[in-house]
Amino acid sequence: MDLEEQGAIQRLVEGRDRDRMVVLLGTPTAGSTMMVALTLTQGDPSYAGPLAGVPLGLPVYHVLEEQVKAAIPADVYEREIGPMEFVLDASAIVSAMGRAREQAA
Amino acid sequence: MLELKDKLVLALGERDGIPAPAIRACAESAGGQVVYNVTQCFV
Amino acid sequence: MTPGVEPVVRAARFALAHAPNLVFAGSKPRRELAQRGRDLRDRLRAHLREFGAAVEYPPAQVMLGNLAPEALWACPRPWHRSPCAGARAEGPAGVLIDEPSLHAWLARGDAAKLVTLADDYAVELAGRLDGVQVATRPHARLEKALTEGAEPLHGPGDRLVGLVASGHEADEALTGAVVLENLAAKVTGALALRRLLDEVRPEEPVDFLLGSGEEAIGDRYQRGGGNLAKAVGELAGLRGAGGADVKAFCAGPVHALIVAGALVRSGLYRRVVVLAGGSLAKLGMKCLGHLAAGYPILEDLLVGMAVDVVADDGVSPRLRLDGAATLRLGDGDAPHQIAQALTVAPLRRLGWRLSDVDRFAVELHDPDVTEPAGSGNVPANNYRIIAALAAQAGEIDRADMPAFERAHGLPGFSPTQGHIASAVPYLPHAIAGLTKGPLRRVQLIAKGSLFLGRMTTMGDGASVVLERNRG
Repeated sequence: MDLEEQGAIQRLVEGRDRDRMVVLLGTPTAGSTMMVALTLTQGDPSYAGPLAGVPLGLPVYHVLEEQVKAAIPADVYEREIGPMEFVLDASAIVSAMGRAREQAA
Repeated sequence: MLELKDKLVLALGERDGIPAPAIRACAESAGGQVVYNVTQCFV
Repeated sequence: MTPGVEPVVRAARFALAHAPNLVFAGSKPRRELAQRGRDLRDRLRAHLREFGAAVEYPPAQVMLGNLAPEALWACPRPWHRSPCAGARAEGPAGVLIDEPSLHAWLARGDAAKLVTLADDYAVELAGRLDGVQVATRPHARLEKALTEGAEPLHGPGDRLVGLVASGHEADEALTGAVVLENLAAKVTGALALRRLLDEVRPEEPVDFLLGSGEEAIGDRYQRGGGNLAKAVGELAGLRGAGGADVKAFCAGPVHALIVAGALVRSGLYRRVVVLAGGSLAKLGMKCLGHLAAGYPILEDLLVGMAVDVVADDGVSPRLRLDGAATLRLGDGDAPHQIAQALTVAPLRRLGWRLSDVDRFAVELHDPDVTEPAGSGNVPANNYRIIAALAAQAGEIDRADMPAFERAHGLPGFSPTQGHIASAVPYLPHAIAGLTKGPLRRVQLIAKGSLFLGRMTTMGDGASVVLERNRG
């Protein structure tokens, strides 16, 4: 996640009712999912950005996770996500989310 | 159980994954409010 | 106005300019160097490619038409470790020039007299400059101009070989850096156009030029005024052609092909050339990934293109306008929604199955460039989605998806030059395959990231079908 992006999110989180905030990711790979999830929960793993070492502590989910799918009306999910569920490596992405949560805990 | 109703959603999309408008449509259909959205493109 | 005729795509040519020292002027390197300075500059410099390595790079040979794209399937990756020994810097699809030649062309294309070369460098370039008037200055004067904001031109070893002055002292849209970026696009576009017209029916007049690149030509009052097409045509020595630009991010060229086809079909014009110059801003975009992987800096090539769209000649592949599609408002932006609108829908209108198309030409970015930077294999991702839609439509089983992708897809081979990479690098090969070779149908599919301009969150795309001529 680039530095400008991190800055914009940091300002947003500092400004509003962060307790109601949740992040939904659409990253395409396990690697990019891990990077972004860690940046948002623990702080920038590359220590390059404004979020370096700054845990935002936001709950982060990926749209391919079962719990996200369950929260969204089925027809909308089918239309907006549809075959991307099996085009993308969903199990690797879900696994990466799990590992990112473990590291944040 | 994840509940998106009345949540403030940050939709971080990617062009080659799921882009922000699709995430937004999902979040809004579940009663969430999208306060930030961006789609990354890396080429 | 004579009645229209079906349009055909007769030829396509690419001009590649090796520009290792312009990598430092690319957007990502420029920003990284501002933060990280000398150390990064030295590392980048140590990983720049020589001209010979750029020529022998297998994907470059595919761009020049000396190698079929499908030959890359069997070529061990990373491809820079499998150079094509003895390869030529030109081929049936175009030409690859060295950086000094590019510098000479920048001087040749410098209509506003903003380029200055170092005295000694101008002497070295004499043969290439061939009568071009260019301002020259001794080094001390150049160094001074740099402190006043001019954009430097470097040669090997950080040697200062010239500079580009700003077009106006108080205009952000005409800084030396912007002028250089636009000149680079103009010149590479003109090289491609010249190559096309020198080789393909030079006696036949060009009626119209359609620019399709992503540069912004203008000034403080009209930053994106455009019509680089006419400037390119002028530099290429044309007379009698009109011009305008089609602006649509990376989907520009395919949108422009559709427009060109419609212009010919209407009878308004008989010969339209779709052209574009290269993107200086995208040089070195993935350089950090390449350094980390121990690769050379692969994004050192500016690429221009020119595509000949003419009235049906009975031989060239037909541009099936009835198989054209664009991503419309409301079609959606997720990859599968885009593929549905651009790939599936037009084929269904023609009464075809997906497997009736021999090759899909998608965004053909070289995966050796994108993967080390974590950006994945872009063509492969596109083919996966097309295969998934074929499976969804019941044409193939999910288990057959990989075989479908291999049979109907292509390995990526294009430099990451944005609009240039979007389907069109396959055109010379498609035309050969659809005339002398066995191909019957090719679909060109391009996507544009409109959301990057912050005026919309939408994407865009365009597609069109080429079919073997009946003649």
